[in-house]
Amino acid sequence: MTDWNNAGEIIRATAAQMADAMAAGHVTSVQLTQAHLDRIGAVDGAVHAFLHVDAEGALATAASVDADRAGGKALPALAGVPIALKDLLVTKGLPTTSGSKILEGWIPPYDATVTRKIREARMPILGKTNLDEFAMGSSTEHSGYGPTHNPWDLERIPGGSGGGSSAALAAWESPLAVGSDTGGSIRQPASFTGTVGVKPTYGGVSRYGAIALASSLDQLGPCGRTVLDTAMLHEVMGGHDEMDATSLNEPVPAVVAAAREGARGDLTGMRIGVVKELRGDGNFANGDFATGEPGDDAGGYQPGVKQRFQESLDKLRDAGAEIVEVSCPNFQYALAAYYLILPAEASSNLAKFDSVRFGLRVETGTVERTMAATRAAGFGDEVKRRIVLGTYALSAGFYDAYYGSAQKVRTLIQQDFAAAFELADVLVSPTTPTTPFKLGERIDDPLAMYLNDVATIPANLAGIPGMSLPSGVAPEDGLPTGFQILAPAREDARLYRVGAALEAALVAEWGGSLMDQAPTLEIDTAEARA
Amino acid sequence: MSSLERSDVARLAALARIDMTDQDLDRMAGQLSAIVDAVAKVAEVADSDVVATSHPIPMANIHREDVVRLSLTQEQALSAAPASEDGRFRVPQILGEEA
Repeated sequence: MTDWNNAGEIIRATAAQMADAMAAGHVTSVQLTQAHLDRIGAVDGAVHAFLHVDAEGALATAASVDADRAGGKALPALAGVPIALKDLLVTKGLPTTSGSKILEGWIPPYDATVTRKIREARMPILGKTNLDEFAMGSSTEHSGYGPTHNPWDLERIPGGSGGGSSAALAAWESPLAVGSDTGGSIRQPASFTGTVGVKPTYGGVSRYGAIALASSLDQLGPCGRTVLDTAMLHEVMGGHDEMDATSLNEPVPAVVAAAREGARGDLTGMRIGVVKELRGDGNFANGDFATGEPGDDAGGYQPGVKQRFQESLDKLRDAGAEIVEVSCPNFQYALAAYYLILPAEASSNLAKFDSVRFGLRVETGTVERTMAATRAAGFGDEVKRRIVLGTYALSAGFYDAYYGSAQKVRTLIQQDFAAAFELADVLVSPTTPTTPFKLGERIDDPLAMYLNDVATIPANLAGIPGMSLPSGVAPEDGLPTGFQILAPAREDARLYRVGAALEAALVAEWGGSLMDQAPTLEIDTAEARA
Repeated sequence: MSSLERSDVARLAALARIDMTDQDLDRMAGQLSAIVDAVAKVAEVADSDVVATSHPIPMANIHREDVVRLSLTQEQALSAAPASEDGRFRVPQILGEEA
């Protein structure tokens, strides 16, 4: 169906189709890679998904894959399919900033484990994508290098922290991307851009060489435009790594097989639990963060978000799944616990930016004064806020009340999940309460920004896997809505089975993927120039 | 638990080695107080018989043989240093001007 000689068409193919077309000799990796580089050149001025583009390196990898294929050599499944990496993944010889001015110009002397695996999979690395500084944020507006714009509406945020990776997919600048998820930084941008994103089980993907935000919450994961593509990347990234002490010493779950099985559309016997507290009817999501008092009847959830969620539930029921309701009463404390644990761990992790071994140095007298001047100049406001908050939470006299209590909440959240998974095989909710908000709308109100992550944070506190996939567009604003699926630890395959079944049912109803409804951007940018 | 005063933020910023202007301190004190008030609710449910969880998945220590392995060369390790000298990181003076 795809005309593989048409650059405008091939960038819209799925990664799986690209791999098949290369194997069949319809297209080369150089053609594919060049088509994506051309697309980046055409639209990234408006989208700003990339902080660094490596055309030379990507084309060199592509050419070597094409040569090996012509020579009849066996190649990995995704060999020659281009990819983009979130700029907190260190890449030997390629700039890595984590969105921070304190690392401007840094060229890492080593590769992250996931970078190495991507290279071994022979995937051309198109470049590094934008993020909130050190992954602290929900909009990419906290990037030290300017925000990323949502391809569905350039006036709106693409989500965060991995807004660059998800926007690159939604703008057809890359078919696949790597993200990281500490409190929703893969799933929330996926929801906001009409794409798919997965946070694997904690320990399922090595964190070695991923610039740490909060080590007990961070997890790298795959981003794609379809569930199958995301599964294929998951299998490339996953697996045990002795360089990461928290890496699970277990085989990667068979997520590609699960995605293929799910796409057949039969979920008979699957119990799907709707989390009462995240369903969006009069709960804490739009209520008072401090008191837990519920908000209005809509629960802070946009009507279109709730509508698309209900429709997706109906599709799952039609596929044979049993829908049950579960309650996780301690989720109302999840945000509060998260915003203690994360700053505490971040304040420690970011101590390494001390102007001694790498990064910026603002020399001012003694080494101590130089550190303070460097960190003042190199860190943005949100990073400073969280470091100070973390320093406070860990300080003598407050440790038990704040950090200690937050760790106890973490136990209660895990107990809620354990009880819920007695009743259901997977849990579901809308990924976010609303569709993407406008640039600048929440930048001066940190608490309002934090509330956006109400549905995604519990999974990080418990270490369980989660997926967001498109459930449609909200009728009131035409912007994408996301459907979140959560599974018990190590059961990542269930996400893919249920996600692929839902995707197949929705694509059949829409007569094509949701991305077919996205703006083409060429028209938009031409209009903007006129 | 109480809100953060401007002087608290100044002390914390000094501990975290981040210079802050008067303007920074005013803004941060307001924002951080709102956040601290909000997160204080964790204390409501955290009674003494709940066990603390520091890590989502049970972990065990991992050991390996104590043998030298290939790692970064000295040159690579110093490649991004703001300043180096004789194969070492060079830092500004450690003692204060008064010393």
